[in-house]
Amino acid sequence: MDFANVKEVTYRVRRFDPDKDRAPHWEEYRIPYAPGMTVLDGLWLVKELHAPTLAWRSSCRMGVCGSCGMLINGSPRLGCNTQICELETTTVAVGPLPNFNIIKDLVPDLMPMLETHRQLLPFIVRDDHEEMEKPSGEFWQSPEELEHYLQFSYCIKCGCCMAACPTCATDPVYSGPMPLAQAHRYNSDSRDNGFTHRRQVLEGERGPWRCHFAGECSRVCPKGVDPAKAIQLMKRELVADYFKLREQRCPARLAETPKGVARREGIPEAPAPTVR
Amino acid sequence: MLTAKGYPNRLGVGGWLGGGRWGMERYLYTLHRLTGLGLIFYFLLHILVTSARAFGEAAWVASMGRVTGPLFTVGEYLVFLAFAFHAANGLRLAFIELGWGVGKPFEPVYPYKTSVDFQRPLAIVALLLAALLAAAGTLDFFVLHKGVTP
Repeated sequence: MDFANVKEVTYRVRRFDPDKDRAPHWEEYRIPYAPGMTVLDGLWLVKELHAPTLAWRSSCRMGVCGSCGMLINGSPRLGCNTQICELETTTVAVGPLPNFNIIKDLVPDLMPMLETHRQLLPFIVRDDHEEMEKPSGEFWQSPEELEHYLQFSYCIKCGCCMAACPTCATDPVYSGPMPLAQAHRYNSDSRDNGFTHRRQVLEGERGPWRCHFAGECSRVCPKGVDPAKAIQLMKRELVADYFKLREQRCPARLAETPKGVARREGIPEAPAPTVR
Repeated sequence: MLTAKGYPNRLGVGGWLGGGRWGMERYLYTLHRLTGLGLIFYFLLHILVTSARAFGEAAWVASMGRVTGPLFTVGEYLVFLAFAFHAANGLRLAFIELGWGVGKPFEPVYPYKTSVDFQRPLAIVALLLAALLAAAGTLDFFVLHKGVTP
């Protein structure tokens, strides 16, 4: 569709006010269109011109914070990352992310997802507590080891994958793509030793075995994180662990300061630490 | 577990179909579930019908008499088609769930290439295998053993 002559677009917004409404309903607004407008820009115009009480979450406006995940013309996407012209229609239907309860209008309740994420220990788990509490240096990690988890570390927790997942649609117990991908992100980190702790949460109905590779999470992910891949790789790890075939690794050791080497000419000294 | 607040917005069974970008794998996912449910229903029916043998020969003959005729032949044919798809796609899923065919992790660069793209050849092979099985089944049901009743 050619957007060169488009002057106005129609926004269909799913509204729900818990103080007034018994169920969500659709409302339509017409707003002026300008080239380059994102769906989020349009929502600001709707709020300014027609519906001052319209509520949604947004912050960075550049696809980094993950706040503005919403259902745009049937697909979970980031409002700030979606130009109206790429939808190829002058009617923009915006609803809250499905599979999450609606707090108000376009604001989903992400807390169950974030709570599951928390339970899966999304941080480096090691036995050397003293080093973890009072770090004396960096842990050694090769570029190849970094690649094992780097892709999954780009997750912005927007919840689009959870909204697209057909298993999440019918199964409230299943952890979902975001928490599982993040669990694998830490399991595959060479500095981490928390696999056995996370395995306790991953076993049973909450774990990755409820995923049957519809692939929607990876398709809708605005950052290319590919949660479906992380979940399949996690299953492989769990199978290998069950048959005692999982490689037992020691978490990465502390990188020692090189000794007996001289600084090359022309490389300046590092600046003094600003925090002591 | 934290309880959710607000208006419930879970898609339910409708979410098997909608709420995404409608990739081929979503159709396979839904069809796998539906054929799985169909096969479970068939197995329950099968156990129910064949358990009549425990009550003597007369009960067995009466029970088998109730499940003959063209309607049941077509029903069995549908069960076979469901089996063909479920088996072939199940093999694909078993491969994928062992981490084969989904690619290695790499730094994502737009336009993103995902594990869904990597495993697409597997999906096509699974569908071809299902089609081959279905064709063999069709030949058996409607040509080689046409009119043969157990």
